[in-house]
Amino acid sequence: MIVIVDYKMGNIGSILNMLKKIGIPSTISSDPKEIMAAEKLILPGVGSFDNGMSNLERSGLLPVLNEKVLNGKTPVLGICLGMQLLTRKSEEGRSSGLGWIAADTVRFQFGADKQGLKIPHMGWNSVSFIRGSRISSGLEEPRFYFVHSFPVRCDRDENILGRTIYGYEFASAIYKDNIIGVQFHPEKSHRFGLTLFRNFAQDS
Amino acid sequence: MFKTRVMPCLLLRNRGLVKTVQFKNATYVGDPINTIRIFNEKEVDELILLDITATPEKKQINFQVISEVASECFMPLTYGGGIRSVQDAMRVFELGVEKIGINSYAHENPEFIKKLADIFGNQSIVASIDVKKSLLGKYHVWTEGGRFDTKLDPVDWAKKMEQMGAGEILLTSMERDGTFAGYDIELLKRVTSAVSVPVIACGGAGKLSDFHQAVSDGGASAVAAGSMVVYQGPNRAVLINFPLRKDIEALLD
Repeated sequence: MIVIVDYKMGNIGSILNMLKKIGIPSTISSDPKEIMAAEKLILPGVGSFDNGMSNLERSGLLPVLNEKVLNGKTPVLGICLGMQLLTRKSEEGRSSGLGWIAADTVRFQFGADKQGLKIPHMGWNSVSFIRGSRISSGLEEPRFYFVHSFPVRCDRDENILGRTIYGYEFASAIYKDNIIGVQFHPEKSHRFGLTLFRNFAQDS
Repeated sequence: MFKTRVMPCLLLRNRGLVKTVQFKNATYVGDPINTIRIFNEKEVDELILLDITATPEKKQINFQVISEVASECFMPLTYGGGIRSVQDAMRVFELGVEKIGINSYAHENPEFIKKLADIFGNQSIVASIDVKKSLLGKYHVWTEGGRFDTKLDPVDWAKKMEQMGAGEILLTSMERDGTFAGYDIELLKRVTSAVSVPVIACGGAGKLSDFHQAVSDGGASAVAAGSMVVYQGPNRAVLINFPLRKDIEALLD
């Protein structure tokens, strides 16, 4: 069973709908027992960084998530804000993130020739995954739907799983051991998202 | 590569999809769920669903239909129609909708846009603006689904909406709606040069090159199409269709 962690940060129905569509047993939950029993976790999220962290804290789920992911090595997929929360901090706010991956969430800094680019980065964009990544298996010329104003910057290349260009190249997917984060919304990226979720669900 | 978004704009009346011509003569074109399944298969970028009766007929928001649509819609969905409170917005988002469109109620209460943007983020709030030329040829903003002339200039109103926190503007030419005559490029130019948020061109799309014109001449960030994607041929036979991705990319990206 995949558990989609419900910490009241918006729009998780569509993730469940897509998992249902491809026949993957899944549920939405904020119950620590259910989360503890999950085979895999999805950490969704739309909204601001500080709100996300304070909702996670208020939900009382932080200890169980830390235990499950860091000690239990349960696979987890962070989506959008859920990816940003994997980092140590964000220039969007003051709260500390989960810090599971050596990365920070920063502002877009465009060069003088790119000042016309809109923020948020909203729309479909290509993602180049690193060679041999299992999460992107079967994806040809993948493109995904993005909505975000802050990109993630990894300390080390070894944590970068996928790259996207918007003004410049940034890490649109990151990973470390059992932890994956994607900046885009697979649940809104039709066949590309379906494939990515299927890979996440089936990968053992 | 960043892609220009091309999105069907579907109109909901009761439980069915309709298409209008110049905001009139709403004609039934199909069931929303079937239509969205077809657009899923066609790998559409994004979809807009506007309930055209919610505000003018003072109806309850049809949460049931939104929920059914959202659960079948594996692409970003914007819903507009009848949203007048944070609770309405919250419920719509919870059903799996990415963005909400606000039109008439923003005129009654412009601060509502700010409130929504503060809570849900600018990127999820679309200011929907319907525009028609007056007898003197001046552009006016209309509300209530084209029933009420506010006499406001669309450039001023678009700036106001941006300032209130709208993350995007859906700019519809009422005169071009359903005509296949191409977008109103002059209107687009005026608005896109005055705001920095993305503007979605709507009203008049009839062929692929219209998309290109809206983007390159009109400055639109995205384009919406209604009749073009629900009708085929000059007799307006209902046929849900969407241009091939490779043709869109060859033209726009």
